[in-house]
Amino acid sequence: MAVKKLPVAKAINESLRTALEADPKVVVMGEDVGKLGGVFRVTDGLQKDFGDDRVIDTPLAESGIIGTAIGLALRGYRPVAEIQFDGFVFPAYDQIVTQLAKMYARSLGKIKVPVVIRIPYGGGIGAVEHHSESPEALFAHVAGLKVVSPSNSSDAYWMLQQAIQSDDPVIFFEPKRRYWEKGEVNTDAIPDPLHKASVAREGTDATLVAYGPMVRTCLEAAAAAAEEGKSLEVVDLRSISPIDFDTVQASAEKTGRLIVVHEAPVFFGAGAEIAARITERSFYHLEAPVLRVGGFHSPYPPARVEEDYLPGLDRVLDAVDRSLAY
Amino acid sequence: MTVESTAARTPRRASSGGKRTSASAKSAGASAKKSASAKKPAKDAGAGAQPELVQLLTPEGERVESPEYDKYVADVTPEDLRVLYRDMVMTRRFDAEAVTLQRQGELGLWPSLLGQEAAQVGSGRATREDDYVFPTYREHGVAWCRGVDPTLLLGMFRGVNNGGWDPNSNNFHLYTIVIGSQTLHATGYAMGIAKDGADSAVVAYLGDGATSQGDVAEAFTFAAVYNSPVVFFCQNNQWAISEPTEKQSRVPLYQRAQGYGFPGVRVDGNDVLACLAVSKWALERARTGEGPSLVEAFTYRMGAHTTSDDPSRYRRDEEREAWEAKDPIKRLRAYLEAEGHADEAFFAELDAESETLGKRVREVVRSMPDPEPMSIFENIYADGHALVDEERAEFAAYQASFADAPADAATGGEVK
Repeated sequence: MAVKKLPVAKAINESLRTALEADPKVVVMGEDVGKLGGVFRVTDGLQKDFGDDRVIDTPLAESGIIGTAIGLALRGYRPVAEIQFDGFVFPAYDQIVTQLAKMYARSLGKIKVPVVIRIPYGGGIGAVEHHSESPEALFAHVAGLKVVSPSNSSDAYWMLQQAIQSDDPVIFFEPKRRYWEKGEVNTDAIPDPLHKASVAREGTDATLVAYGPMVRTCLEAAAAAAEEGKSLEVVDLRSISPIDFDTVQASAEKTGRLIVVHEAPVFFGAGAEIAARITERSFYHLEAPVLRVGGFHSPYPPARVEEDYLPGLDRVLDAVDRSLAY
Repeated sequence: MTVESTAARTPRRASSGGKRTSASAKSAGASAKKSASAKKPAKDAGAGAQPELVQLLTPEGERVESPEYDKYVADVTPEDLRVLYRDMVMTRRFDAEAVTLQRQGELGLWPSLLGQEAAQVGSGRATREDDYVFPTYREHGVAWCRGVDPTLLLGMFRGVNNGGWDPNSNNFHLYTIVIGSQTLHATGYAMGIAKDGADSAVVAYLGDGATSQGDVAEAFTFAAVYNSPVVFFCQNNQWAISEPTEKQSRVPLYQRAQGYGFPGVRVDGNDVLACLAVSKWALERARTGEGPSLVEAFTYRMGAHTTSDDPSRYRRDEEREAWEAKDPIKRLRAYLEAEGHADEAFFAELDAESETLGKRVREVVRSMPDPEPMSIFENIYADGHALVDEERAEFAAYQASFADAPADAATGGEVK
């Protein structure tokens, strides 16, 4: 069994390496992904080993990156495009929404556009404006796209390969504040399906649902709550479109209480969708309304106050207390 | 741009060059009657430049020589010329039928190509089977040349699908409505061709308005940087809905290419032979590793942008009339007749054939069934999606609730 302990960024790097080795049609493309190895070094060494024809440094033009990735996919390639930071995806948003998402439907299923878009997202690294956003709901809202976000090294490794193998366009949100956190990766394992949620910690009193960077925060909250005698279950959503509602529902019905946690603004966010669906599915099993913890309806704030904006342990546990008070 | 400034300019290349050789004249199946007469050059609005205009057939249908481009049509036979003529006539007939069908309520909308037949047929016929074409939403003539059944183009305008053909059947991509997006797809596809080591090429169609789009600038950048085998074929039909070209650019559009590091050429877009020649030149460059190029086919949209707009609100009748004199079909017909390359029987036969096409188009459109409501849930994801499955099942159950039949196939259960 090949088990390695890798930081998330390195797990993604290994995943890309495996994909490039496995399929000559896989190409990695983006700004600075080649010689520099990406601003987070996620693509470090790939161009050296696979050449600049497979690991392509592109002009600084996000719409161009995605638009040409679409063209490459139409030619039979499987491009893995990197958008350097979350807030930079918007120049490419038109290509993603009006073209990438809809081409399969437009052709009545005759052509597939297997493009993966990797986006380091979320806050907590003290960055400047446009470098810390969580726009996942904007993509999940668009039919034709799939949206996923791993929370740990193993999922980062496996989910990226599954995304590359998918015939659908996949937006792959990488929790950049977790890039340097190590975890075990079993490269021989049979991974869970890409869109299946997992129970990251079992509990009985309330369920926390999170994905990406907030999974660890929720696990820490559950550990802290355990010291107070509260048993929290943590569900790692992993996939934001589609959402594995069955797993969330099972947990919510087991504990009777559900709190959704994400960095993105609460208003019209993924939590709103989860709250509505679980309320519809499990109304008579719930002991409290589904609560949401997340960002505010504000631009992502300057770094010196981002800790107040981001859900931390205390805000999560405060929501747990409110839920348990019903 | 004024009427005067958009008038067919002195083809400097044609008029300044030497006499064509008799050999090439012979192989072209035609003799060059004369060089284009020198006209006073018109000034480009806002540019102060004198763009060159490649022209091989004058509006009167006289063959003029071009030392640079004659060789690209040197192998064009009289039969080829008749094919080009037929393409234009059939395309115009198809287009006219579609406009009529829209007026009759059979189509929701139609973007007419009237006036742009030469640009589309000339460039379309320059492509090879293994080339790939990325159209806008008006390339009905190019589709025709690629062998796409024209009735397939009508589905999206009737509202029965959003595209509806297999792009790989004829290497003719789906119509793209968002302006300029397809230039990037074309460039990416061309990057793939280069990676494959193939000698195919890509043609990306765009309009004059699209040149203002960021995507087109990015496509030019990518194509230049990667030296991609792509031809950007811009049909400058003078109007982006109601906005004239001078609202898009202060320099002639073909000159834009220079800033990206590849050549740009302006061709008489109503001259099918010149469009064929210039497109072949550009495609040959692409195939031989010389990279992208920009062809600006200088033409005119004779009708409305789509059947929804009203050109009388933004342009003068005289302008349209001036362009009518440069009609691409009349021009080639005059040449064919003058050279004795086509007789009355040919034209009569073609008239009948085009009427048959019109009838077929009419019948096919009217018989296009509305899609089943459940088709809303089809072809969204190649690998499936749980939410789509859930909504499909819910909607099927909802629909089944209206059924009178005792047994319903969708639910498998009895309906009261």
